[in-house]
Amino acid sequence: MKNIDMTMTTTSKYSYFPGCSLATTAKENNASLIGFFKRMGIELDELPDWNCCGSSSIHCIDTNLSIMLAARNLALAPAGMPLLVACPNCLLRLKTAQLKIAEDKELRAQYEQNLGRPFDPDLKIYHVFDLLDQIGRNGFANRIIKRLDGLRVAAYYGCMLSRPPALRHEKRHNLLMENILEQTGAQSVQWSNASRCCGTFLSVVHPELVTTMVNDIHLAASAAGADCIVTACAMCHLNLEVRCALPSPVPILHFSELLALSVGDPKPDKWFSRHLIDPLPLFRSKIMKKDTRKV
Amino acid sequence: MIPNTKPNTYREVIDCADIKPTIPGAAEAILKHSGVNINLCLHCRCCAGGCPFTAAMDYLPNQVIRLIQFDLIEEALQSKTIWTCVACNTCSAQCPMAIDIPAAMDTLRQLAIQHNIPIAEPNILAFHQLIKGSIERYGRTHKAEIMLRYKLKTRDYFSDMLTGLRMFVNHKLEVIPSRVNDRTALNNILSAHR
Ligand code: SF4
Ligand code: SF4
Repeated sequence: MKNIDMTMTTTSKYSYFPGCSLATTAKENNASLIGFFKRMGIELDELPDWNCCGSSSIHCIDTNLSIMLAARNLALAPAGMPLLVACPNCLLRLKTAQLKIAEDKELRAQYEQNLGRPFDPDLKIYHVFDLLDQIGRNGFANRIIKRLDGLRVAAYYGCMLSRPPALRHEKRHNLLMENILEQTGAQSVQWSNASRCCGTFLSVVHPELVTTMVNDIHLAASAAGADCIVTACAMCHLNLEVRCALPSPVPILHFSELLALSVGDPKPDKWFSRHLIDPLPLFRSKIMKKDTRKV
Repeated sequence: MIPNTKPNTYREVIDCADIKPTIPGAAEAILKHSGVNINLCLHCRCCAGGCPFTAAMDYLPNQVIRLIQFDLIEEALQSKTIWTCVACNTCSAQCPMAIDIPAAMDTLRQLAIQHNIPIAEPNILAFHQLIKGSIERYGRTHKAEIMLRYKLKTRDYFSDMLTGLRMFVNHKLEVIPSRVNDRTALNNILSAHR
């Protein structure tokens, strides 16, 4: 019974950790995610005054600092309410910190001294995928206002399905995006690069290397006949947009944008203007023309 | 002999005849610091086969582990590999021995800093330190400032100008940082890590 988590199915309010990317470069990701959940009757309460989890950098140069930065966010989480995390990297940092502090007395003492409150090893930390998995399984056909029929999507996971060994017993979410998007009428393609890392910070330090990889990812999606690539991580989204050097790149959509769109969130134009590869032409030809309502 | 997948691009470690042990005990240091027992590695090379960045590495991920098993710690600490690793977990998710390879890399990177080892990828370290600086100032990362400071630090002013401009126009780079208000706990944490 240990694996059946009843809090997931009964809770409709979560405290929410957006993380730096969703709060800044990927505001459209944040807004569409909140919009989608709202329409699904789930309320997200942003963690007040949250801080950066340490990103992909701090754990490289200072393990203890990385744990403590993540820990400050754990300490801010209201008791008894699960914490929902949007960014897959933030999720790893927060969960790793929770595990390490739970099993190390010294770290626990540090936590209590720095943060002035007892450590809660039972705080539930979920990723957006955990919640979407439930929603997908219950089905949300009755909430769909705009079907995405005919849209061919290449679901891109990057490294987010890979976990460190300490978290290997947790549920895996392979094919989650495909399963959910197909409920909206979209068609998923099979392709070779769904789980190829986007390059993260190497995009800054070794842009040539990452450009080669990102071009490959775009080419693979085109070859599979996809109209767009769908991402569930703001960092992937940014790298796939800024590092593509092909003359006709494939539009990159946030998973949350398609979800929000399908349940009738009316703001796609506002989100799309923040993209570096304009998804509007695709959107107009594939989705808007089937709808009489003005979006 | 196991066929080498990329025979010419990587320094030969396994067949190296003139191995001279240097600082012993690195495997224990990694075990103590990150809880990872690299002696479990059986060199199946699943990690090396899956790692997306071997093209930019001088040793394959398991070769770094092999260096340490041979007590060739300085070689490992001077490698590009420990800095190129982005901790994507592609390797550790596949490792049959459940070795947390990126966590071992974390320890190696930190050992290299502590022991003033020449850093094979100084710009990667510079980037990480800029992220740290941003967190020290704002409690969050401020991308526009990080990118600017990175340009100044690496004296590379012109590459990527267009990318930066596009990001700016599309509101991806913000001028005003998003920041933490109550710094009490943050300062407690940061003061121990100057
Ligand atoms: S996958 Fe694991 S056991 Fe295999 S070579 Fe890599 S670290 Fe060693
Ligand atoms: S975690 Fe590091 S070594 Fe492992 S696959 Fe990713 S980049 Fe390669």
